[in-house]
Amino acid sequence: MSAEKTKKTVPYTVPIGPVHPALKEPVMFTFGMEGEIVRTVDFAPGQTHRGIEWMGMRRNPVQIVHLTDRVCGICGIVHSISFARAVEQIVGIEVPERADYIRTILHELERIQSHLLWAGVAAHELGFDSLFYLAWRVREESMDLIENLTGNRVNYGIIQVGGVRRDISDEQRPLIEKGLAYYEGLLDQMATLFLEDSTIRMRCRDHGFLSEDDARKLCTVGPSARASGLNMDVRQDYPYCAYGDLDVKAILPPAETGGPRGDVYDRIIVRLLEIGQSVGIIRQCLDAMPAGEILWEPKMAKLLAACKKADGEAIGRVEAPRGECMHYVRMAGKEAPESWKIKASTYSNLMSWIPMLQGEQLADIPIIVASIDPCLSCTDRVTVVRDGKPDILTKEDLTRLSREKTRRLMQ
Amino acid sequence: MTPDIPFIIIGAVLVALFGIVIGLFLMGFDRIVAARMQARIGPPITQPFTDIRKLFAKENVVPENAIPWMFNLAPVLALASAIVILLYLPIGGFTPILSEGGDLILVMYLLTVPALALVAGGFASGSPYATVGAQREMVTMIAYEFPLAIVIIAIAWKLAAAGIALPFTLASIQANPIWGLVGPLGTIGLLILLVVLLIVTPAELSRIPFDTPEAETELAGGILVEYSGKNLALFSLTQGVKTVAMASLVVALFFPYSLAAFIGLAGISGAVIDILFFIALITLVAFVSVSVVRVSMARFRINQVVSVYWVYLAIAGLTGLLLVMADQIIGVI
Repeated sequence: MSAEKTKKTVPYTVPIGPVHPALKEPVMFTFGMEGEIVRTVDFAPGQTHRGIEWMGMRRNPVQIVHLTDRVCGICGIVHSISFARAVEQIVGIEVPERADYIRTILHELERIQSHLLWAGVAAHELGFDSLFYLAWRVREESMDLIENLTGNRVNYGIIQVGGVRRDISDEQRPLIEKGLAYYEGLLDQMATLFLEDSTIRMRCRDHGFLSEDDARKLCTVGPSARASGLNMDVRQDYPYCAYGDLDVKAILPPAETGGPRGDVYDRIIVRLLEIGQSVGIIRQCLDAMPAGEILWEPKMAKLLAACKKADGEAIGRVEAPRGECMHYVRMAGKEAPESWKIKASTYSNLMSWIPMLQGEQLADIPIIVASIDPCLSCTDRVTVVRDGKPDILTKEDLTRLSREKTRRLMQ
Repeated sequence: MTPDIPFIIIGAVLVALFGIVIGLFLMGFDRIVAARMQARIGPPITQPFTDIRKLFAKENVVPENAIPWMFNLAPVLALASAIVILLYLPIGGFTPILSEGGDLILVMYLLTVPALALVAGGFASGSPYATVGAQREMVTMIAYEFPLAIVIIAIAWKLAAAGIALPFTLASIQANPIWGLVGPLGTIGLLILLVVLLIVTPAELSRIPFDTPEAETELAGGILVEYSGKNLALFSLTQGVKTVAMASLVVALFFPYSLAAFIGLAGISGAVIDILFFIALITLVAFVSVSVVRVSMARFRINQVVSVYWVYLAIAGLTGLLLVMADQIIGVI
């Protein structure tokens, strides 16, 4: 877009991407550099578009739930709960309470493994490989637990429209307890390793700054927004699943560590504290979990018939490890939904990269890019191709297109 | 006495072989101990040998906007100059092959040549990553030269003050272990200088936390990003030989001891023991200054590299130098 303009104002440009060791998923960055300092930032997502929504338009909601597991390799539960909740609202399904608690437990286990995965990636981006191996080794405990509860390490396939497909048995409870105790014992150690290491502090403190104002204007969500001081968390603001019964407060960087400053270091703090919070939430769930059914309707044919009859639209919102994730679904009395739109948390967070990266050093690009925990295969819902080449739609194009569509609809 | 030409040639070939084999061994050793410290299994110790063999079987890819002659010359130059350093350093208690021709000052200059070759190769590759890497390499070089010079000058000054002729030659450093010449205060000073030299080593070798010129996650390999095949193999060999050279320099300056003399062996068995002892010493130095440091730290930014060397290490080095001087003055009084 601004590649030509950039060339005139800055001495040279450094392209990073679409494939680069600093990026865990493909996205194309163009940095205008002055020495080691980043002056201009431009990025082009859409490099890993897979047409999942298009696939969904030809399937029934139960099939789509399994598709949503595959939107992202990390937050499978997030997408499937989000989609299932949208469909449940349209059809008018009341999820059994026990299923809500099981969903919450899995949701939080997923948050633990996602944050630990991120911690490892962040350490690797900083060139601190020992910490990377350590974080990922610690992560295995939650992966094992998830495998035990759902049967799979990734693509869990446990969420169903109207509930969950597997119960948590009494034999599994001690395993969960053991896992929680393991993380409780480790949290202090993790905090020491990440927060008291002088090289990490040197690299992260006061870098990748995002002010509270910018975070609000750019609609930043999740830990990135909380690190900038925005008190927002879907689990607290619009409780879903079992969160209404539980004690969940959005985690902001505590004042002892210098309060919310909105730098990379704060984002590390928020995520580490959230691991502890998730452990607490799972504890509360285990204590409060009622007995009962786990599915609204175990008979597939009945469930599908109910979905087929439904007419209406709804949004399923959940707090993913990376922030708010939404699934918009519209059903119109057909087997397949009329419309399905995913808005992953990273979609909201992408624009925060620009104020974060401007004025920083080349060396800090990997950690700042990683600091919002980008998940691009979640995000890439559209790729514009014109004359066989990737193209960009500007704001004007989008306005024109939406006006045209409105006119068409009004005819 | 000037050694005759055939002796120099045979010696140089032997030293080059020694440097390459031990260098690759040190790289393998570093990889395996680092892996163990990170709770991994790690590759077998022969992995670098396998890698080099494979690289030599691959073609060289020269990028379109590279300057081919400079791009291809740089790896040869780097490896050659790294081997030349070894010819001036005492290995396993033997007198250096070219001991007559140069001293520590020359070694200091020679140490910059492989780095300069890397910089030339980086600029010649015509890639933005390599260009940024080359700029960083130059800055790193300027940064660590100063503390390195302080260490070398401190030791030479001490030898001169102790009344030893030709203090800068490695032969006299070899003959007079520095620890024997100082009192308690000087010992503290020398320990500080040793630490400074051990911290200069990872920068000289472009290892974490000073691997900013290659910075995998930022520059995708930086200077080396465009190198492949035989050229990359030559740079890998350079890396190994440089590791041997830096470790040998540390050993030559601070631990010029001979085990054979200590246990009273002479002849061939003494020489073998001494070489093994020397290898053990450089492995130890490489372990401390490369493996341990790189598993316990994150990468620095380039400005942090400069401040580490120019501020913290320069102050530490000067303190060490002053302590050695103070020790000398007290000793004289």
